Amino acid sequence: MEFQIGTEPVADGEDILLMPSDDVREHLVVIGNGMAGCRAVEELLARDGTRYRVTIFGAEPYVNYNRIMLSPVLAGEKTFEQIVINDRAWYDDNGIDLIVADPVTAIDRAAKSVTARSGRTVHYDKLLIATGSDPFIIPVPGKDLPGVISFRDMKDVDTMLDAAGKGGDAVVIGGGLLGLEAAHGLTLRGMKVTVIHLMDTLMERQLDEAAGWLLKSALEARGQTILTGANTESIYGDGKVEGVRLKDGTEIPASLVVMAVGIRPSTALARDAGLAVNRGIQVDDHMVTSDADVLAVGECVEHDGNVYGLVAPLWDMCRSLADGLTDRHSGYRGSVTSTKLKVAGLDVFSAGDFSGGEGCEDIVLRDASRGVYKRVVVKDDKVVGAVLYGDTADGGWYFDLLKKGEDVADIRDLLIFGQAFASGGGALDPKAAVAALSDDAEICGCNGVSKGQVFACISAGACSLDAVRAGCKASASCGSCTGLVENLLSVVLGDEVQSGPKTMCKCTSFGHDDVRREIVAQGMRSIPEVMQRLHWSTPDGCSSCRPALNYYLLCALPGDYVDDQQSRFVNERMHANIQKDGTYSVVPRMWGGLTNPRELRAIADVVEKFNAPMVKVTGGQRLDIFGIRKEDLPAVWADLNAAGMVSGHAYGKSLRTVKTCVGSEWCRFGTQDSTGLGVKTERMTWGSWMPHKFKIAVSGCPRNCAEATIKDFGIVCVDSGYELHVGGNGGIHVRATDFLCKVATEQEALDYCAAFTQLYREEARYLERTAPWIERVGVDYVKSRIVEDDAGREALRARFLFSQQFMQDDPWAERAAGQHAELHQPLAPIAIAAE
Amino acid sequence: MTDWIDIGTLADIPQRGARTVQIGDEKEIAVFRTGDDQVFALVNECPHKKGPLSQGIVHGHSVACPLHNWTIALKTGEAQGADSGCTPTIAVKEEGGRILIARPVAVRVAA
Repeated sequence: MEFQIGTEPVADGEDILLMPSDDVREHLVVIGNGMAGCRAVEELLARDGTRYRVTIFGAEPYVNYNRIMLSPVLAGEKTFEQIVINDRAWYDDNGIDLIVADPVTAIDRAAKSVTARSGRTVHYDKLLIATGSDPFIIPVPGKDLPGVISFRDMKDVDTMLDAAGKGGDAVVIGGGLLGLEAAHGLTLRGMKVTVIHLMDTLMERQLDEAAGWLLKSALEARGQTILTGANTESIYGDGKVEGVRLKDGTEIPASLVVMAVGIRPSTALARDAGLAVNRGIQVDDHMVTSDADVLAVGECVEHDGNVYGLVAPLWDMCRSLADGLTDRHSGYRGSVTSTKLKVAGLDVFSAGDFSGGEGCEDIVLRDASRGVYKRVVVKDDKVVGAVLYGDTADGGWYFDLLKKGEDVADIRDLLIFGQAFASGGGALDPKAAVAALSDDAEICGCNGVSKGQVFACISAGACSLDAVRAGCKASASCGSCTGLVENLLSVVLGDEVQSGPKTMCKCTSFGHDDVRREIVAQGMRSIPEVMQRLHWSTPDGCSSCRPALNYYLLCALPGDYVDDQQSRFVNERMHANIQKDGTYSVVPRMWGGLTNPRELRAIADVVEKFNAPMVKVTGGQRLDIFGIRKEDLPAVWADLNAAGMVSGHAYGKSLRTVKTCVGSEWCRFGTQDSTGLGVKTERMTWGSWMPHKFKIAVSGCPRNCAEATIKDFGIVCVDSGYELHVGGNGGIHVRATDFLCKVATEQEALDYCAAFTQLYREEARYLERTAPWIERVGVDYVKSRIVEDDAGREALRARFLFSQQFMQDDPWAERAAGQHAELHQPLAPIAIAAE
Repeated sequence: MTDWIDIGTLADIPQRGARTVQIGDEKEIAVFRTGDDQVFALVNECPHKKGPLSQGIVHGHSVACPLHNWTIALKTGEAQGADSGCTPTIAVKEEGGRILIARPVAVRVAA
């Protein structure tokens, strides 16, 4: 497994910080770097980011990851990087000291300190125990043999992947959710899997018999062997696991045994420290244990007699805990839970009590051919339980009816057909559907945000999706509830919803401007980091967002950012223009449109040597050599380089050409040396990457032979100086420039050009040329930044020149010298004749 | 029995990129390596206007054709979204770090 920056394991015992701190704030020490511990810290920081100094101890060598997502990692659907919740930068940015691979082994409540395995001791003012739960290992002979593991952390996944790599048989003990997920992953990885389950039906805590049977059939159809009512007697093997023996004498050979029979709160540490522990660590409504300075949260706690193993209650607890730590009062009142799962790709939902009993009536729908089963349990005209298999779309609705205790007598006949039918037949208007939800209906599962909280956020002034995300976190994580949030916005605000800028692409719900702003604000340094932090919905983006992100990072971090070649369009990767037949055209730079016999000879030689079928003068006054094969590009560049020519960047989202007329040197009407200024301008700006292609022209008089008034930046020389024009183009929509200002000297013309270029580079959206950009922001805005703000202009100019020192390397020279030579060569030839 | 040809190692192909394999004198096969290190092989031609798919941007298990931005699924060779068309796929596998390509299929699609 490879780890990227920010998620790398840290060596055991690495000394991260044990220096006495001069930080006088109260010290919060967190035992447990998992979902509960980190979430509690996140909630705390959201309320008061400065009150506590925070240290987190983790037993595993990783940053905070989403344990629920281990199954997709095992199944090969996600990588470890994709399940990281908070990377290194999050800890650093929030001043959190993270100590990993060093489990805490003792708590000394009298001294108010904790001691870890390495021996390091840290004093606390407040202690938070978030040790989660331990896998339950059934005490059968052979349980300690090598090859017998649980399914709980990243190490278990690695062990399973290793075993799967060798092929063979696996036994999973436990037919609950975790066991079935492990079995699914191992099956996908090519192992022959047998699931041993003690009870008669799978997932008996979530599913009734019928649904369990459907699930069993579906899994068997995928090649798994499912043994229900099967009691494990022992695990056998000589030195390592070789198989499992059941009480009835059956032996199942296996090179890997995964024990997934359940979890129990991890309470040993708390118990040893003398805290009140029952099934879990006992806590009050603010997650405070029997010691006022020790708190506990997550799967390790018991609240009001209940122990939870699901995520939603955990979020509720973390909120109450953070409220308590910051003197707020909203105690935890326990959670009613529902389970909506994808088990091995099959949809399963259950909520409430579906065991039946006195006074309970079952309403059941079976559609075997569709693989759908629904059962709603009603008591006294109220929904008390529901089990859905195969189609779980209405799970939220049933759960909502259950929590509200709503009288369903009127809709009973249609209840089983789901919300659309029961609410009046036909498909519901989605807005009406969301309007009909109760205030405490959950909208955002990732962040545990209810409809009421979203409403409150909108009432407080949020009138766009982004504002809701910023305000209450709804839709700010996986984004699957974005549609719901949008419907809520339009229910409350009607037409006043601000749609905001369009999203960059379908991989994200953020717009270009948001992404650019966040890159700078959060100091993000790579494309994977942006995708992770901004919750991209695709593993590695698409052909639309990746080039944009590559450019935004390049612009934000000149000289620092490592360009991602695979996120560049082929032209920029090949430093030439791809043509319709897959060959390329090559344009050498001719400064200001000038050339000489040596360059012309070199071009002529290249044309002959490589059989280029056509040479053409471009619109930007350069020569374009067509029909060059990918394999020949390095040799073409080498020959042109030898004559002193460099890449014209005619292929890039970059400065292309500076077009000129002959100006005062030859022309009867020329007022200034437009050719000379053109050369100077091109020398200053060449090589710079832009949101889109960028063209400059310098005309020597108002006759404007260089067509400067349809360029991104145009200079028109006049007797008294230089008129500067911006935002023109001759593209699909021809646009003449806006007049920016007039300056007196060549140097000023160059300075304004640099400043304008940088403003465009920093603020336009990728693939937005200057013309639409200026129409969007207004020319007055551009004037306010370039003409009216001398210091601002100077700063922009300085930033442009600073970034230029890293950009003015000829890409042709690097490639001609052999860099990435393999990209021009085939991997291997395959001869056909031998067949 | 399938005849597998060793064409190189995974490291020879850039992640989220592709290399070509020349087959006979005329045709090319594009061999892709995705972000999660899976390997796929397609005839190096977009079903639309024969764009060299090996030069496209690889994202997820798809590639965007460099000529007109059609998105092609690497596994099936099929055009995605509103476009339709299909590029022939060639069986390819990784074994012990080597990339092996199914010779009979490769020769057939190149013919």
